[in-house]
Amino acid sequence: MNQIVEKVLFSEKVAKFVVDAPRIAKSRKPGHFVILRVDEKGERIPLTIAGADPVKGTIVLVVQKMGVSSAKLFELEVGDSILDLVGPLGKATHIHQAGTVLACGGGVGVAPMLPIVEGFKKAGNRVISIIAARNKDLIILEDEIRQWSDETIVMTDDGSYGTKGLVTAGAEMIIQREKVNECIAIGPAVMMKFTSLLTKKYEIPTQASLNAIMVDGTGMCGACRVSVGGNTYFTCIDGPEFDAHQIDFDELIMRLGGYSNEEKLAYERYV
Amino acid sequence: MSTNKEYIQIEREKEWRVELRKTIANKERTAKERVRMPEMDPQERIKYQDREVNIGLSADQAQGEATRCLDCANPTCIEGCPVSINIPKFVKYIEAGKFLDAAKTLKETSALPAVCGRVCPQEKQCEASCFYTQKMKKDPVAIGHLERFAADYERESGFMSVPEVAPANGIKIAAIGSGPASLSFAGDMIKLGYDVTVFEALHEIGGVLKYGIPEFRLPNKIVDVELDNLQKMGVKFVRNFIVGKTASFDDLKEEGFEAFFVASGAGLPRFMNIPGENYNGILSSNEYLTRVNLMNAAKDEFDTPVIKGKTVAVIGGGNTAMDSVRTAKRLGAERAIIVYRRSRAEMPARVEEVHHAEEEGIEFINLANPIEYFADEKGKVNRMRVQRMGLGEPDASGRRRPIVLEGSEYDIPVDLVVVAVGVSPNPLIPSEVKELKVSKWGTIEVTEETMQSSIPEMFAGGDIVRGGATVILAMGDGRKAAANMDEYLQKKLKK
Ligand SMILES: Cc1cc2nc3c(=O)[nH]c(=O)nc-3n(C[C@H](O)[C@H](O)[C@H](O)COP(=O)(O)OP(=O)(O)OC[C@H]3O[C@@H](n4cnc5c(N)ncnc54)[C@H](O)[C@@H]3O)c2cc1C
Ligand SMILES: Cc1cc2nc3c(=O)[nH]c(=O)nc-3n(C[C@H](O)[C@H](O)[C@H](O)COP(=O)(O)OP(=O)(O)OC[C@H]3O[C@@H](n4cnc5c(N)ncnc54)[C@H](O)[C@@H]3O)c2cc1C
Ligand code: SF4
Ligand code: FES
Repeated sequence: MNQIVEKVLFSEKVAKFVVDAPRIAKSRKPGHFVILRVDEKGERIPLTIAGADPVKGTIVLVVQKMGVSSAKLFELEVGDSILDLVGPLGKATHIHQAGTVLACGGGVGVAPMLPIVEGFKKAGNRVISIIAARNKDLIILEDEIRQWSDETIVMTDDGSYGTKGLVTAGAEMIIQREKVNECIAIGPAVMMKFTSLLTKKYEIPTQASLNAIMVDGTGMCGACRVSVGGNTYFTCIDGPEFDAHQIDFDELIMRLGGYSNEEKLAYERYV
Repeated sequence: MSTNKEYIQIEREKEWRVELRKTIANKERTAKERVRMPEMDPQERIKYQDREVNIGLSADQAQGEATRCLDCANPTCIEGCPVSINIPKFVKYIEAGKFLDAAKTLKETSALPAVCGRVCPQEKQCEASCFYTQKMKKDPVAIGHLERFAADYERESGFMSVPEVAPANGIKIAAIGSGPASLSFAGDMIKLGYDVTVFEALHEIGGVLKYGIPEFRLPNKIVDVELDNLQKMGVKFVRNFIVGKTASFDDLKEEGFEAFFVASGAGLPRFMNIPGENYNGILSSNEYLTRVNLMNAAKDEFDTPVIKGKTVAVIGGGNTAMDSVRTAKRLGAERAIIVYRRSRAEMPARVEEVHHAEEEGIEFINLANPIEYFADEKGKVNRMRVQRMGLGEPDASGRRRPIVLEGSEYDIPVDLVVVAVGVSPNPLIPSEVKELKVSKWGTIEVTEETMQSSIPEMFAGGDIVRGGATVILAMGDGRKAAANMDEYLQKKLKK
């Protein structure tokens, strides 16, 4: 049982939870995630660790309401507990001195990007961040990202905040302006796909953090398989970050829809 | 071994056994037919994922079957048992109506007799080497059914004894994973007075016994009783804790753990790496069974989804394949098909499961292997291409090697495919502990007699050492590791 010690609503659909998890707070690194189950009937869902305080023994999760499981978590308040929480899972981000790093985050993907941005900044890199969402309400963690970035660009699809346009437009602008040594893309699969296509054109090494469907998160089931460079990998133990230029994004997008009928039914039952 | 032989002889010469042997002539004993396990009607049982197929023997049936056993001077059955249970002793106790003593006899060697009685491949082990099979070419004594009977009787009698525990010695040790290897290890170590903690990555204790083997074969309550007992004896269980991730071995050492038993299993599912295998609707048996057994996905009130196929193909011929295909039937599949590359005779599954599957209307396509999958425009599988196989020369396993029959491909329409072609050792611990010696297959290397790894305070057993094996072997490893870890720690203490 892991108690929620703080909850902040970023928008109607996005919330930040600070959760008591002393072990994980101590052992986690940027790029790691947890798997949690809200209650006895619940699904095991993966969420990235967006931050941690090893002294207080807490971790930060940012969740976007998508279907039943995220909605159930969303309903929990300070003082409530999450039934099961396990982690840290996955491989940590390879943080190193790259030079100039361009970090592209879409939607709730900005949350997992935050510790990575922080890590690269602390490692002595020049970090440029682009945070993007459909509209103003869905832009999250702007101040936190700014704190660890040399430059931050905000973009919305509808122009309700920051610059109007997609992540890729902002990224291309930066790439044409200055030498970028490495790129990170985290967000919806489609966004990562197009960011990857762009950086491939400019031959900039790019890491994408994949949000495959998972069950156990320990390499036991293969629900999270993904094709990278023609080989099958398990996102939960081999990833979640992979060389974006090698990822078969179309397959990932297809696989994310694998249970859409069942999920829709479940959601209808839930509401 | 000889000491064990002596012990078996001494037991056999006890008066009650000698007397019992005289009560019925061997001719009369061998004239009896092997008992038939009462089972649920196939048409009825396929409606339920959680009702056990085998109902269990009545006391009369059990005693009758025990009477068949000849209490041989040279009980070859024991040689067939991986942990050398004193089979005639427990069987004769059943014949004598002393069912609790029978259960106690089982527990001298086996930590989980109620489980083993249900899932051991007896037809390849004790029953294969029974005098009836070997010398008389008759059906062997139903040792497995009797084992289950004795264990169930004890549990249901309310006289299940919690074994005595030695005074606490304050030495902290950890078991990693909570499958049968760990559970038997923990049971032995707690009895010796150690402070035992079992760490499990998942939210449930039991390993494959919980997430893999379905309830129609092994009800959860059977496993839970054993877990309860261990808890009463003082074993601590920690769920949602991945050793090597949540905390490292060094962290645990700092917290006072002095030795470790690694029993992390062979959880990594294998795929065939054929075209189209990543389409939706194609999943590993581990995923399929975990969704249904661990996450209760088939029940509406649980959130985890599972695809309910109308035509389900399960690739493979082992227990995992049988469990998957029978689960598919229970979730409403109209056609549930086993596709296996060798013939029926080579199937590694327990014979009883194959038989039950047949009764339940499972189709078998033998000597066929999938080579490609096809999908609809949304990427959902709808067809598989299989190739027919012939049988060639025997391979290393002694089974005839399947060979491809060129030009024999044909298609089968499917909407769900479960791949059950084997598992590899869980790579988590070997990848976190660089100094640990592993084989080229990724199994942890141990000294066979002691189960000690290349790191002295680290012992290992079960599937992480053997690759996908059996419950009884995992259990035997746990016991062996416990005895040797105890010796190791006591020696260290004296220094
Ligand atoms: C390593 C990893 C880290 C993640 N980190 C975060 C995080 O920090 N914050 C966060 O909000 N989410 C994160 N996710 C995604 C999150 O796990 C899913 O949004 C969640 O499982 C959805 O469950 P649900 O029951 O609410 O929705 P469902 O009912 O399962 O799905 C609702 C809709 O979302 C789509 N969907 C389902 N699963 C995913 C998925 N994994 N990714 C994208 N779309 C999906 C479905 O197709 C469906 O249309 C992460 C995923 C992974 C694999
Ligand atoms: C579907 C299926 C049916 C089977 N049927 C039979 C049968 O009929 N008869 C038979 O004899 N055998 C059968 N087997 C095989 C048998 O179940 C296994 O051989 C046995 O369970 C192995 O036991 P174990 O203790 O080594 O590991 P497991 O039972 O595999 O347990 C290992 C546990 O360790 C946990 N773990 C892994 N890494 C870590 C870590 N780092 N930290 C914490 N926990 C960790 C895992 O989550 C898992 O719960 C079957 C297997 C399957 C999958
Ligand atoms: S070999 Fe068969 S008949 Fe002989 S003691 Fe063992 S079970 Fe009984
Ligand atoms: S989530 Fe099961 S193997 Fe990755």
